Amino acid sequence: MADDLFKLNIDGKDIEVPKHYTLMQACEEAGAEIPRFCYHERLSVAGNCRMCLVQWKGAPKPIASCAQTVGDMRLNPDGSPPNVLTSGDYVEKARNGVMEFLLINHPLDCPICDQGGECDLQDQAMAYGRSGSRYALNKRAVENKNMGPLVKTIMTRCIQCTRCVRFAAEVAGVEELGMISRGEDAEITTYLEESLSSELSGNVIDLCPVGALTSKPYAYNARPWELRKTESIDIMDAMGAGIRVDAKGAGVMRIMPVLNEEVNEEWLSDKSRFVWDGLARQRLDRPYVRENGKLRPASWSEALQKTAEALKASKEKTGFIAGDLVEVEQARAALDLARNLDIASTDCRPAGASYGADGVREKYILNPTLMGVEEADVLLLIGTNPRVEASVWNARIRKAWLWNDLQVGLIGEGVDLTYDYEHLGTGPADLDGLLKGDSAFVTAFKNAKRPMVVVGEHALVGEHGLDVLNAAHQIALDAGAITDEWSGFGVLHNAAGRVGALDTGFVPGENGLDTKAMLEGGLDTLVLLGADELDLSKLGDTTVIYVGSHGDRGSSRADIILPSAAYTEMEATYVNTEGRVQMTRKAVQPKGEAREAWAIFRALSELTGKTLSYDSADQLREQIREHNPIFAGLGFAPGAGGHEALSQAPEKANNLAGARPFEAPFEDFYLTNPIARASKTMAECSLMKRGLETPVAAE
Amino acid sequence: MLQDKDRIFTNLYGAHSPGLEAAKKRGAWHLTREMLQQTPEWICDQIKASGLRGRGGAGFPTGLKWTFMPKEVRDRPHYLVVNADESEPGTCKDREIMRHDPHLLIEGCMVASYAMRAHACYVYLRGEYIAEREALEKAVKEAYEAGLVGKNNKNGWDFDIYVHHGAGAYICGEETALLESLEGKKGQPRLKPPFPANAGLYGCPTTVNNVESIAVAPTILRRGAEWFAGFGRPNNTGTKLFCVSGHVNKPCNVEEEMSITFRDLIETHCGGIRGGWDNLKAVIPGGSSVPMVPAEQIMDAYMDFDTLRDLRSGLGTAAVIVMDKSTDLIQAIARISYFYKHESCGQCTPCREGTGWMWRVLERMAKGQAEMSDIDMLLDVASQVEGHTICALGDAAAWPVQGLIRHFRHEIEDRISEYRAPRTMVQGANVAAE
Repeated sequence: MADDLFKLNIDGKDIEVPKHYTLMQACEEAGAEIPRFCYHERLSVAGNCRMCLVQWKGAPKPIASCAQTVGDMRLNPDGSPPNVLTSGDYVEKARNGVMEFLLINHPLDCPICDQGGECDLQDQAMAYGRSGSRYALNKRAVENKNMGPLVKTIMTRCIQCTRCVRFAAEVAGVEELGMISRGEDAEITTYLEESLSSELSGNVIDLCPVGALTSKPYAYNARPWELRKTESIDIMDAMGAGIRVDAKGAGVMRIMPVLNEEVNEEWLSDKSRFVWDGLARQRLDRPYVRENGKLRPASWSEALQKTAEALKASKEKTGFIAGDLVEVEQARAALDLARNLDIASTDCRPAGASYGADGVREKYILNPTLMGVEEADVLLLIGTNPRVEASVWNARIRKAWLWNDLQVGLIGEGVDLTYDYEHLGTGPADLDGLLKGDSAFVTAFKNAKRPMVVVGEHALVGEHGLDVLNAAHQIALDAGAITDEWSGFGVLHNAAGRVGALDTGFVPGENGLDTKAMLEGGLDTLVLLGADELDLSKLGDTTVIYVGSHGDRGSSRADIILPSAAYTEMEATYVNTEGRVQMTRKAVQPKGEAREAWAIFRALSELTGKTLSYDSADQLREQIREHNPIFAGLGFAPGAGGHEALSQAPEKANNLAGARPFEAPFEDFYLTNPIARASKTMAECSLMKRGLETPVAAE
Repeated sequence: MLQDKDRIFTNLYGAHSPGLEAAKKRGAWHLTREMLQQTPEWICDQIKASGLRGRGGAGFPTGLKWTFMPKEVRDRPHYLVVNADESEPGTCKDREIMRHDPHLLIEGCMVASYAMRAHACYVYLRGEYIAEREALEKAVKEAYEAGLVGKNNKNGWDFDIYVHHGAGAYICGEETALLESLEGKKGQPRLKPPFPANAGLYGCPTTVNNVESIAVAPTILRRGAEWFAGFGRPNNTGTKLFCVSGHVNKPCNVEEEMSITFRDLIETHCGGIRGGWDNLKAVIPGGSSVPMVPAEQIMDAYMDFDTLRDLRSGLGTAAVIVMDKSTDLIQAIARISYFYKHESCGQCTPCREGTGWMWRVLERMAKGQAEMSDIDMLLDVASQVEGHTICALGDAAAWPVQGLIRHFRHEIEDRISEYRAPRTMVQGANVAAE
């Protein structure tokens, strides 16, 4: 519509942009580059750095382009579109002046600053800075603030852009950062100098345009230009956030988010960002075999031989359990191996969640998609705490709550989700008769155009799991959440490997045992595919074979350890909770003698006499796609478009009256998997979260 | 010279009771009901015709400002906010109104609120104004008790007035920072647009006016726009409170005709310049933020917005600071610079960093410990602050410095030479950079 467009003349170029655009956006549309510090497209406009000044001909002063809405601009007296200049002496002088002010109290410590090489101030000073300083007086110094184990502060470098303050208040939903004092004494600080009580606090490091907030674990470790950057996928939760793994030599030095609008926007949770030191600790770097009660290093051939023998012993009494981080390639190869040996006891649900016996994909993925929450008008969360299960998605829910008036209801543990919600109950019993209520949320839910029902994976665990799934599904149907265009029902997983393993079919075969039955004891051989979240105490004298990357609960009970690569060390396929197929990329070599897991199973197949038909990862992936065509659609989620499978009413749920309330999905956000448990940084975060922090003296 | 019969603030010096009865005898609350029976447009038109320009410093036409408010109340209520955060150094007029003639202000609030279709008015008082708050609160209580304001009052326009006490920050006199503070947040100016008339207090249409602008409105309506417009020169009409301080024999607050000459103002009310007119050095005519004007230019100048603007200064709040030849102008401006450095909110870069820089350089200049080239640098820094900030505090900090260098550059140069003369070692030697 032409009414919504506004004509401008920028640098002599006529351009038409939507009226709601800021002048900065319009200038960029016209191809001009506008320097900025405080402006960030995902945060509110502060307009305080004054770096983005442009000239509007006829205006008495230069205009901060980030804060000027195009639609508010006046036409020239003769009715022609306003003329804007983004360069020239007038603009240069204004920006040079601002740059000089920013630099007079900024320390000249670039050589020892971790931001060096990726610093907005440094970059823009190249364009707008003077070659020397005219400020011969004393510089201001600001005391550093304790912001916990993740964020290192050197506050003298701060230029008070308040990006971090706005991020904390707007995106993370914790109003714990702020600017105190005024004038040149103004300082950014956290409330009582504690770290942010947010799972997203690390993002302030990326947002900080200078070196005031940097990564504490990464401090003084590397320079950005010497890092090898590999774009990959995070596996700390089931979202599959886009990450960039920065490595130097054989080590991962840091992990940064990459833009993936549909998944993580440009944020990353603290666990995903800071887990990297766990990749260097507690690693299984060579095979081990238990002898006389003790593990001893062994050669690959010995370990594989022993494993093959154990596998061949008895097909009924052998089982496979896939853990939370299992990649599709591993699951496929292990499943093929097991089925070739007629082993039916395979399961990828360590906790034992139920997704329906029919294996319908729509019943175990998040059909409305992560991004779909921005289209939904009400959201019912059942037995889930997205703040810890999918922290970045929680920020998106908050965004929808803040800007789209999304109404949220929760059945489950009443926790602080950083947005308001109606607490409708704590357990499965509250699902009964939910829609008979007349509370504000239920009324809105019944009248909603696009209601969204999300069941936490953990809510499906236990004897009432299937009933909860069915009851939730029924609620979604009753509320009209399933239409041709919108499937407002889904499961929020908390393990990166689960959906992929389910898609592979890594569930018990005919007469096969499930996880619970396998752990009852009585098996001769149990293969753990990185499965650590298990109670192995009842196994008795079962031979346990652990395939994984980290020494954790599973490996400590193992009789044979076959070391495999971690997610930064291989190309591997993961499917996120939306059913989005994504791949990790190899950033560094596997540790020591570790091998990619699928190759381990391929080797075992040869020794068991039933050689698998693929010799390379590519051949394997071809087979994976043949088995399940969904794996061909890399990067895409099926989305909310009509799912017929969901429009059929589920089986009637059994009476849930006596069911126990939903429990938290895990005890500690920071320690949910073997890699995180190996990380020193995560351990510090966990201690701090539990209030056991020992204050560290400021340097 | 203004005659007594034409004074609006007849109790400026507190000679009489500030109470309701006494105020009524002096004319307050007379015909208020009848004013409110006119249309809001009529009131705005009258104020426009009177030529009243905002008394808070910027001199924006008050009637015009009132018409910026939406013509109808839609989903959001309208508010009037009275800026009583009188913190501009040298200015002391609003406090006298609040202490001695508070009913004129309250009546003005009611009339202005009606003109802008607001049912609520907030008076934001400066933190240091304790006696003023007590006086104003007392008067508000009287007005409520007498049924002049409140719900179903005698004047026929539901109207509530609240006195809000600030915490004492200069920046809270900036209208959007004032609104932030009133909302309970840190007093930092907002980005404009949106202007308060669109999105002000709690996001609702709001007009912020100075105490004096509001307090004169009822009298203008009672006596007619022509009466008020009859004082002063065109575009600079009405009567005005002048706050004369500094080196005059009798410093005072006085209501005078706009466009009175400086000489008349001082001779008539202040007993002349200390030491005679030859002893006058410079005048800051509108509160600390406007550039100073040297003696020869100000002596016979009209004290009004346009004349002083042409002298590259401003009428501001009409806080006339007179400085005789004993004044160390550099030190005086250094002190003013310190004030702005202290009161900068720290939100935007040029003001946060520039005010401290200017102050430090000026402190050195006051002692002569500077380079000659520092003078141009200081001027350049001031120009980098001016016009580049979110609010006008940056301008206010830059102008006094510019005024000093514009008119008294030679004094700075003399000071530097004087300091250097006995210190030959210093001369020409560059100080090594750290």
